Amino acid sequence: MARYAMAIDTKRCVGCSDCVAACQTENNVPVGFCRDWIVEEMHGQYPTLDLEIRSERCNHCADSPCVRSCPTGASHYEEGGFVLVTAEECIGCKACIVSCPYDARYVHPEGYVDKCTFCIHRVKEGQDPACVSVCPTHAFIFGDLEDTNSEISKVLRSRKNKTLIPEAGTKPHIFYLI
Amino acid sequence: MHEITITSGRMNHGIDPVLHAWGWEIPVYLFLGGLAAGLLFFSAYFYLKGKDKTFITAVKTAPMFVPLLLAIGLGALFLDLSHKLYFWRLYTTIRLESPMSWGAWTLLLIFPLSIFWSATFLKDVFPRWECKIPMLGRFIEWLKEQRTWMAYGLIILSAVLGMYTGILLSAFNARPFWNTSILGPLFLISGFSTGAAFILLMSKDAEERRMFSRIDMVLIAIELFLIVHLFMGFLASTEVHIEAAHLFLGGPYTAVFWTLVAGLGLIVPLLAELMELRGLHVPVQIPALLVLLGGLILRFIVVDAGQSSRWLYKFMQ
Amino acid sequence: MKNKVKRREFIKILGAGTVGAAAGVSLVNAFPASKVDSAKFLHVNSQEEVSPTYCEVCFWKCAGWVHKKDGKPWKITGNAHDLNSQGRFCPRGTGGIGMYTDPDRLKTPLIRVEKNGKQVFRKASWDEALDLVAERMQSISKKWGPECVALFTHGSGGTYFKNLLRGFGSNNIAAPSYAQCRGPRAEAYLLTYGEGVGSPERTDIKNAKCLVLIGSHIGENMHNGQVQEFTEMVANGGTVITVDPRFSTAASKSKYWLPIKPATDIALLLAWINVIIEEELYDKKYVEQYTYGFEALKESVKKNTPEWAYPLTTIKPHIIRQTAREMAKAAPSVIIHPGRHVTWYGDDTQRVRAGAILNALLGSWGRRGGFYAPAKAHIKKYPHPKYPKPKKNWKDAFPDQFPLANLALSSGICDATIPTPDKECSFKGWIIYGTNLIQTLPQPEKTLKALQNLELVVAIDTMPAEITGWADVVLPECTYLERYDDLRISQGRQPSVALRAPAFKPKNETKPAYWIAQKLAEKLGLEKYFPAKTIEEYLDYRLKSIGSSLEEMRKVGVKNLAPEQDLYFLDGEEYEFSTPTGKIELYSTTLEESGFDPIPKFTKHEEPPDGFYRLLYGRAPMHTFGRTTNNQILNDLMNENEVWINPKVAKEWDISNGEYLSLENQDGKISNKIKAKVTERIRHDCVFMVHGFGHDRKQMRRNYLRGADDQKLISKVKLDPIMGGTGMRVNFVTFRKEAV
Repeated sequence: MARYAMAIDTKRCVGCSDCVAACQTENNVPVGFCRDWIVEEMHGQYPTLDLEIRSERCNHCADSPCVRSCPTGASHYEEGGFVLVTAEECIGCKACIVSCPYDARYVHPEGYVDKCTFCIHRVKEGQDPACVSVCPTHAFIFGDLEDTNSEISKVLRSRKNKTLIPEAGTKPHIFYLI
Repeated sequence: MHEITITSGRMNHGIDPVLHAWGWEIPVYLFLGGLAAGLLFFSAYFYLKGKDKTFITAVKTAPMFVPLLLAIGLGALFLDLSHKLYFWRLYTTIRLESPMSWGAWTLLLIFPLSIFWSATFLKDVFPRWECKIPMLGRFIEWLKEQRTWMAYGLIILSAVLGMYTGILLSAFNARPFWNTSILGPLFLISGFSTGAAFILLMSKDAEERRMFSRIDMVLIAIELFLIVHLFMGFLASTEVHIEAAHLFLGGPYTAVFWTLVAGLGLIVPLLAELMELRGLHVPVQIPALLVLLGGLILRFIVVDAGQSSRWLYKFMQ
Repeated sequence: MKNKVKRREFIKILGAGTVGAAAGVSLVNAFPASKVDSAKFLHVNSQEEVSPTYCEVCFWKCAGWVHKKDGKPWKITGNAHDLNSQGRFCPRGTGGIGMYTDPDRLKTPLIRVEKNGKQVFRKASWDEALDLVAERMQSISKKWGPECVALFTHGSGGTYFKNLLRGFGSNNIAAPSYAQCRGPRAEAYLLTYGEGVGSPERTDIKNAKCLVLIGSHIGENMHNGQVQEFTEMVANGGTVITVDPRFSTAASKSKYWLPIKPATDIALLLAWINVIIEEELYDKKYVEQYTYGFEALKESVKKNTPEWAYPLTTIKPHIIRQTAREMAKAAPSVIIHPGRHVTWYGDDTQRVRAGAILNALLGSWGRRGGFYAPAKAHIKKYPHPKYPKPKKNWKDAFPDQFPLANLALSSGICDATIPTPDKECSFKGWIIYGTNLIQTLPQPEKTLKALQNLELVVAIDTMPAEITGWADVVLPECTYLERYDDLRISQGRQPSVALRAPAFKPKNETKPAYWIAQKLAEKLGLEKYFPAKTIEEYLDYRLKSIGSSLEEMRKVGVKNLAPEQDLYFLDGEEYEFSTPTGKIELYSTTLEESGFDPIPKFTKHEEPPDGFYRLLYGRAPMHTFGRTTNNQILNDLMNENEVWINPKVAKEWDISNGEYLSLENQDGKISNKIKAKVTERIRHDCVFMVHGFGHDRKQMRRNYLRGADDQKLISKVKLDPIMGGTGMRVNFVTFRKEAV
């Protein structure tokens, strides 16, 4: 069984937001909302500064608080590790929204809760998610962690990496190469 | 310096700039749920204690309000749902890990039970009321015979409901201020305390009032202890929890929490009831109203503050 | 080396390392997804309805596909065979669909009329509008001569209006991209190497080991291919040296960030040249073979030691030496980036030349990892009759000025439109295509004054930009997604051709530029300059000359042609540069002749007075100037600009992060309110904002009054005496909190 994950190279990312725009059009994300976003985190004092640029989104956690908190099972795991929402089962109680330490979810104007799907419709067809395949700086690597020969498995072995707030205990599956 | 910014213009409604997924509906629901739990608990408990002749308000009159309170609470909850037409999905599955699912099922049991329970006292509260439907009359008569079982059921379910209003929040690890096991007992006690205050407000019987005054004092004392404990726990915890505590210890919620909730909602009523016991006359309605108001504000503040306590982007304004 | 092609001989082998190179024929038939790993691209070869385009959101012009889903606009993706984008669009290109869907677009032709003493726009038919334009153009021509009509242009469709104006008898055709942007760069490289830098730039960044950026914020300016090569180079461990008063995105990826004091770049460059020469780090063989004037240069920079530069630039001498050695270590795979927007302080040609000289000393021109020789595509032009010869041009208004300006100055035309006692006004009609002169030209008040003196102002645009509010006739163009345009002929490492075909029918009554120009030509009796009946016929003719056709291009979108020459000099190759001496002119004989410094010299610039800060401006990756700020997809990514303020300065002024305030410049010009970004990422003597915000036309509902317009604060410019560029970083601002 596959376990999909994403590695994002903070050294390559220039924060252009193309991933956000591509997600928007690919997935018809309503205007005013976004499923992914760019964070710039800077440490230091002039002139000794260190800037990290990250593209963030749902972490498709292996231990997802959103799935746990969902009263109807609308939030669920799909084979491959995707964390998804079935709109027809969602009542819009927003428990998943407050349960997500990454603030990755929002209420779609049509009422159900919406979020990054890892572009499962593309992945099923053997393509990378939209954000991955649009990135002009090739900052993303998407693939199967179960496959030890996949590009992502290799890069996670060879490059120093981190996840965001691992201490929240959700086993996130977006890895940042640092 | 540590600067952190979202540079791609994220402004998801209800999420940014500060999480505000839940508005007034949830605190109102939590308050009414806690109050209803308190009323049902006292009613069932004193019924089992055989006080149905002395504590008439607590055992018989107050439960009459419960179905209404629960209905309003559920109404608020329903209003909060953003995908309302699918709300029945709650009852197509039981999800043990989800407090929301738990609550939904608890309410499904306790709501009819509270109606049945109060139905058995209809004749006592409204002596001139006649049941026009013979079937219903017979059913109520049958229910009356089940009061003991119902009372035991209510004690358990009301405790569950009371606890649940807090656990609903404390289960959210993502919101450091909610993420404490104290919240369950705190909301349970606070709910029972508002229940006691509600009975105090309605009771005309001196003995009953003295009893509930005492109960309320004890509950308030426990509540104060739990609040202190809550902050001690946070301050002894991780960075995000310490920061969450600081929302109330110098942060934006400091004034409103310590004056309205701790001061007017707990300490002032406690002192008033102490004075009353010492023989100084304080109209009982004042501390009772303050407790009810304090309980409501507590839930508003906790729901709000929890949503603004976060793990990520803490340095953002 | 795969690439064993000799220079300037036609050999049918393809350049190395490109996607299209996989197919080994002389013309690469770039069918989508046939030869490429489609998993790696946003575009997927499926049953979806796609049509080819090349992007018009910026000048990089990446080629891609427009997708429809259920007949509705869906997304835009890169063409995997496109060398400008390598199949990956930037956010602006990706969000280009928002140009089409924008509800605020111009919808019908408009004519200025007087109504109850008030001037208003009235909807007009195309015939009416074009009749009016033709009539006034002819009247101007009769009274003053056809030369008195000028064209300002930016973007693909400008070609047709250029053709029209030349046929009409005027060659006063200006693009703000010259005098307000990259003119000094063009002239500096022309003076030094006899050739320009081109666009996309001929910088071989992906193979460079060291890249020096001077104020160039790659990554924030999202010039697609260049950003891709930049990150590739960074990922490969290349050394980046960024000279910028601001800790830009590029600076954050750099080994060295030199937070230079603004306006002192020439001092740093001269100090670098000094170190390279004094420490004998230059490429001796290269300098001897290819350059002219080395000894004079050596003499001239003798005093420009790092110690001399330190108090000027605030960059410590040991850092100057260390970075110079880094460059030399990487030579010849080193690039002192020529920059793009370089009109800063009025001595810009000289500054860019200093960088060009440094490149020559390091031997990077014509070398791998330096500057390559761009490929040329030979595509026939559609034949048309000769243009009449104009009797005068804009330069007549400025005798003895800007001797080396090779292109018309938009600011010059603007100046020549305002009558002065000593010279009569030269211009009576402006045709403005795709450029919002109000925000593009500095000193907007001058522009407004010029507009008052015109008998005809025509604005052709897709959006109701500020300039359209000043026009007599507004002609609504359809967006690039609704029209054919001329072929995109790119001259990168490999020549390539791309097609733009309409994906959608033009919305409302909008029309393509080709159609507008042709119709206007008919009304002026100039139809002979538009001999092709339709643009399809025109395109097909041109494409046939390279053995393709419109039909084929509609299927492939992009065609990469065989390169005709090598990218780099061969070892020791003889080469004649197109300069007077035939060498790389370290010492410029042309400049000497025209009375300018033949070798760049440092001159001190005015510094901000107490309580004022130098206004710097730049780009954001999700916007192209003001043109995209109303696009809903891109507006969602960034809907206002911020002013970057150092925390120490902010403390002094009691400004907190996120607070709105206004800026006031040295001439009392006050900006719209703008949000403060208090950050360590900028020096204490300057502030920075992204250009293109602060629109004040209500018709553009999304960007109306969002952020501040830097151009409003640029009431002063310093002219580059060599070519007339308008140095715009000479304005100083202070903060006004009460104005908000």
